[in-house]
Amino acid sequence: MKSLEDLKKMREEALKRVEMREGDKDYRVVVGMATCGIAAGARPVLNRLVEETAEKSYNCTITQTGCIGMCVYEPIVEVYGKDGEHTTYVHVNPEKASEILAEHIGKGHVIDEYTVNAVQNQGV
Amino acid sequence: MYRTNVLCCAGTGCTASNSQQIYDNFNEALKKYGLEDEVKVIKTGCFGLCQKGPIVAVYPDKVFYNHVTPEDVEKIVSEHLYKGRVVKELEMTDEDLLTKETIYDIDKIKFYEKQQRIALRNCGKINPEDIYEYIAVDGYEALGKVLTSMTPQEVIDVMKASGLRGRGGAGFPTGVKWQFEKDQPGDEKYVICNADEGDPGAFMDRSILEGDPNAIIEGMAIMAYAVGAHLGYIYIRAEYPIAVNRLRIAINQARELGLLGKNIFGTGFDFDIDVRLGAGAFVCGEETALIASIEGKRGMPNPKPPFPAVAGVWGKPTSINNVETIANVPQILLKGAEWYSSIGTEKSKGTKVFALGGKIKNTGLVEVPMGTTLREIIYEIGGGCPNNKEFKAVQTGGPSGGCLTEKELDTPIDYDNLIKAGSMMGSGGMIVLDEDNCMVDVARFYMEFIVDESCGKCTPCRVGTKRLLEMLTKITKGEGTLEMLDEMEQLCYEIRNTALCGLGQTAPNPILSTLSHFRDEYIAHIVDKKCPAGVCKDLLTYSIDPDKCKKCSMCARGCPVQAISGVPGKEPYVIDTTKCIKCGACMSACRFGAVTRG
Repeated sequence: MKSLEDLKKMREEALKRVEMREGDKDYRVVVGMATCGIAAGARPVLNRLVEETAEKSYNCTITQTGCIGMCVYEPIVEVYGKDGEHTTYVHVNPEKASEILAEHIGKGHVIDEYTVNAVQNQGV
Repeated sequence: MYRTNVLCCAGTGCTASNSQQIYDNFNEALKKYGLEDEVKVIKTGCFGLCQKGPIVAVYPDKVFYNHVTPEDVEKIVSEHLYKGRVVKELEMTDEDLLTKETIYDIDKIKFYEKQQRIALRNCGKINPEDIYEYIAVDGYEALGKVLTSMTPQEVIDVMKASGLRGRGGAGFPTGVKWQFEKDQPGDEKYVICNADEGDPGAFMDRSILEGDPNAIIEGMAIMAYAVGAHLGYIYIRAEYPIAVNRLRIAINQARELGLLGKNIFGTGFDFDIDVRLGAGAFVCGEETALIASIEGKRGMPNPKPPFPAVAGVWGKPTSINNVETIANVPQILLKGAEWYSSIGTEKSKGTKVFALGGKIKNTGLVEVPMGTTLREIIYEIGGGCPNNKEFKAVQTGGPSGGCLTEKELDTPIDYDNLIKAGSMMGSGGMIVLDEDNCMVDVARFYMEFIVDESCGKCTPCRVGTKRLLEMLTKITKGEGTLEMLDEMEQLCYEIRNTALCGLGQTAPNPILSTLSHFRDEYIAHIVDKKCPAGVCKDLLTYSIDPDKCKKCSMCARGCPVQAISGVPGKEPYVIDTTKCIKCGACMSACRFGAVTRG
């Protein structure tokens, strides 16, 4: 390392390793990862969320949770905003997960058609 | 890319409780569940709450597990990391004092809520064996800023304005110390980090070195630039193997990245660090003895002046700072003197790390702003004395300090207030004593320590402390006289005024402070031949009340020396006081309160 610039570059690279320990992000994305969720395909969804968040630096943390009791709608992804509002997306697959990140986290637009309310109204 | 980080405490405390095995088990279990590419396990430094160790933290979920055993690991992996269900029974919690609700949020747990971490900021957050993690949290940025945009004098001016004072105990202003060395002529100068932490019960320096060794390297480099040195020594005791190992790893990594060595940041500034191991002598924490030890001589103090800033190691100008002091340096240069001096009291700026120990619920490391009261530290952060025992005193400053009582609980802690109250800041050991501690015995403990650790160079310390210990021992055996108290006091003042170094000059403090606060306990030992706390064995007798005795034989079975006789169900039991070794086993064995101690 020969200059401040080098240090700065190194820090930006290193930041990815520790970022998740800092907390304060705008959104918290939670994936249901109980037996029902995993069986319905929650793991690839989780992996997609983690990869894309790292790659595109979305302002959110990705965590997992247990069964929330709507096993029929798994894989379920919940998005919590800073002010407590929360959206429940159901029947998520990796493609939908990417969309949710891009639209909801990236632009702040809820994708209504993927939410539990929309799906319930259609009658499964 | 990892989705989750699992941080295992790898400080000395948790390592002693098998945290290495926990770390290994995590890696194994993650493989078993196929999560090794998703979850990363990291060894980190001390979380501070050693009482609840071993501690494991899971991010980004921000869940802290306490008292984790190697057997618990598989459950955490299969439940939490695989299925996302937090293992509630292992989670660190606290109880809200008013609502009695359980608190899970780590930031709201009382132990952490009142703390402000500057010196400990990275402990328990980063991997101390990975310099990139330190760089990620603004590491070496202060050094870069100093080398590229500030003159040495500007650095010293910032340090002076920040108000930082030496955290080793004496509280000398750091910037002023650096100025002394800078103003000396010559171009061969040195800096030293004093990591010879010796006070019984103090472990903050060890934890900083174990948890954030790069902060010390960066702080020393800044210090060297300011005073004009090109070589620094870290004098650390060989009894701290984990800290020594991590320091060496950090130094090597810093050399590889060019953060130590020649032409740092391309500015032409050269600096390197040498680690010197001490053999664990208390006196080697005294700066002139420390310098002698670095030079390969016997660790004995020399008269001052000349001060080390004029003639230190190898006879050249040298600045010596304590670990915690140096850990604050990069933050001060990065965030500015104004930021730092806004924390704390008028004459004591910033924060102080204390090692809480003794009769306290939350044994561990805490960092609080100067001006926090003892009550806040002991009751709100420390949780008070365990088992509903009554608080008696807190010993601060180690063998050089004194005891503070109930009266001083609301005194805001800073250098000057503690001296006014008859103790001193010291390096930050804080040992809480409750009603079961005998103050004469406590004084005797410290005097025994001093007699062991006195280097023997000057008579007041070598002979004087030995005489003090003899008198104290007599008192604890019931052979003391009231005249002895005056004699002791006089000898204390004489040693204080005539000993060569700080160790000897402050050695009488534990006696003087217990004499002034707890003279009645001394008198009880001398006049009534009683130890009110029930500690001094020679003054205790155990007996069994025949009316309360249910003749169950529990006491006799618990006695290790067969001093108790009786017939089960027929005759009450009796203790033969000539055989009794006063261990108290009968007292804890009796379920009917028939055994009394007097």
